[in-house]
Amino acid sequence: MELLAFGDSGWGDELFYATLMTIAVSITAMIIGFCFAAIFTPLKLSKNRLLNFIANSYTTVIRGVPELLVIYLFFFGGTGAVMYVASIFGYNEYIEINAFITGAFAIGIISGAYSTEVFRGAVQSIDKGQFEAAKVLGLSKFAQFFKIILPQVLRLAIPNLSNVWQITLKDTSLISVTGLVEIMRQSYIAAGSTRDPLFFYSFAAVLYLLLTYLSMKLINRLEIKYSKGY
Amino acid sequence: MDLELMIGSFPRLLSAAVITLKLLSVSLIIGLFIGFLFAILRLNKNIFVNRFAYGYSYVFRGTPLLVQIFIIYFGLGQIEYLRSTFLWVILKEPYWCAIIAFALNTGAYTSEILRSAFQTIKPGVIEAGKSLGISSKIIFYKIQIPIAIRQSLPAYGNEIILMMKGTSLASTVTIMDLTGVAKYIISTTFKPIEVFIVAGGIYLFMTFIIHNLIKFLEKKYSFN
Repeated sequence: MELLAFGDSGWGDELFYATLMTIAVSITAMIIGFCFAAIFTPLKLSKNRLLNFIANSYTTVIRGVPELLVIYLFFFGGTGAVMYVASIFGYNEYIEINAFITGAFAIGIISGAYSTEVFRGAVQSIDKGQFEAAKVLGLSKFAQFFKIILPQVLRLAIPNLSNVWQITLKDTSLISVTGLVEIMRQSYIAAGSTRDPLFFYSFAAVLYLLLTYLSMKLINRLEIKYSKGY
Repeated sequence: MDLELMIGSFPRLLSAAVITLKLLSVSLIIGLFIGFLFAILRLNKNIFVNRFAYGYSYVFRGTPLLVQIFIIYFGLGQIEYLRSTFLWVILKEPYWCAIIAFALNTGAYTSEILRSAFQTIKPGVIEAGKSLGISSKIIFYKIQIPIAIRQSLPAYGNEIILMMKGTSLASTVTIMDLTGVAKYIISTTFKPIEVFIVAGGIYLFMTFIIHNLIKFLEKKYSFN
């Protein structure tokens, strides 16, 4: 137990901050994923075949390729890509991108592919009459979407989005390969310096279980809130 | 674009894909046994057996696969007692550690898939069997299991694809699978995009094959 003490003697505070880091990366990645979903869901539902093709390639490639490979692409390729863009604008110094941003972006793109599928399914399962009724009422396109369609989409999407959240949370453990100090990386450091990997990795597992358990509780509440009236 | 590198690295990546497929198939076979066992335990009426099976699937589904591999590969070697038993022959090999972790992980998901498949079987089917005078053992093997397998095919297909992506984590414990070799080539040539296209293409091709295989089986064993 003294291994988990707070302060200089133990790893308690380090692991605590690492847990906060995991939560921060997961939430950032989830938000980035929503942004991707907001772009690609309309493309998926559009009647234009080219736009359809673009959105389908995004979700197929990301869901068919291992997460670790995507992370390596961003980890090794991110700096090069940013420096290439900067060199167009005449900036030739070395740029190092923060591990947090690279990691959150890589996981965000993965999470976005899953979110896109969830939103597509939710929009498609809304009754056609709802769209027609909104139109007939003479609402503006903006009001049609935000007041009629979106609330229904959210209600249908929340249960599946909670799965996406679980996947995203667990995927953040893979960012440890880039050196970002989250739960997995911190356990690796602690295990290396105390030579007690069994304890620290088991403790990491407990932390992840706790996070998944607590977020499930929270999402269940959200689900109840959004399904009022059903 | 460095086409030469892409063509040059293709054979190496392809032979690494064989290792990925080996990891996948061995862990899927072991995982299927574990999944069946725990699905049956989950349906048991004894509360302790039931809870035990639920706890197993909850823990393995609620923690990242990476943690599971690290506990088995780095953690178990720490127990002095294990080092003296024959198990050590298996546990000192990263290859078998990865397979144990994958099998336990996919076993947890498979048990959930099979459990829900067993539970969706209509009671009338079992009652029909009973009223025909078939023994409950034969009802289980000849009626319940075939229906459950058919029911769980689509979900199990997804699980196979998820597991194939999961095998990429074997590269973190020094196994040179497809991702491991891809990472090695990236870190020696600093051409991440080219290598990603080739390695990702091989993964996508495998996904495509698995997807169509499952679709074919679904059609072949469909009820209508």
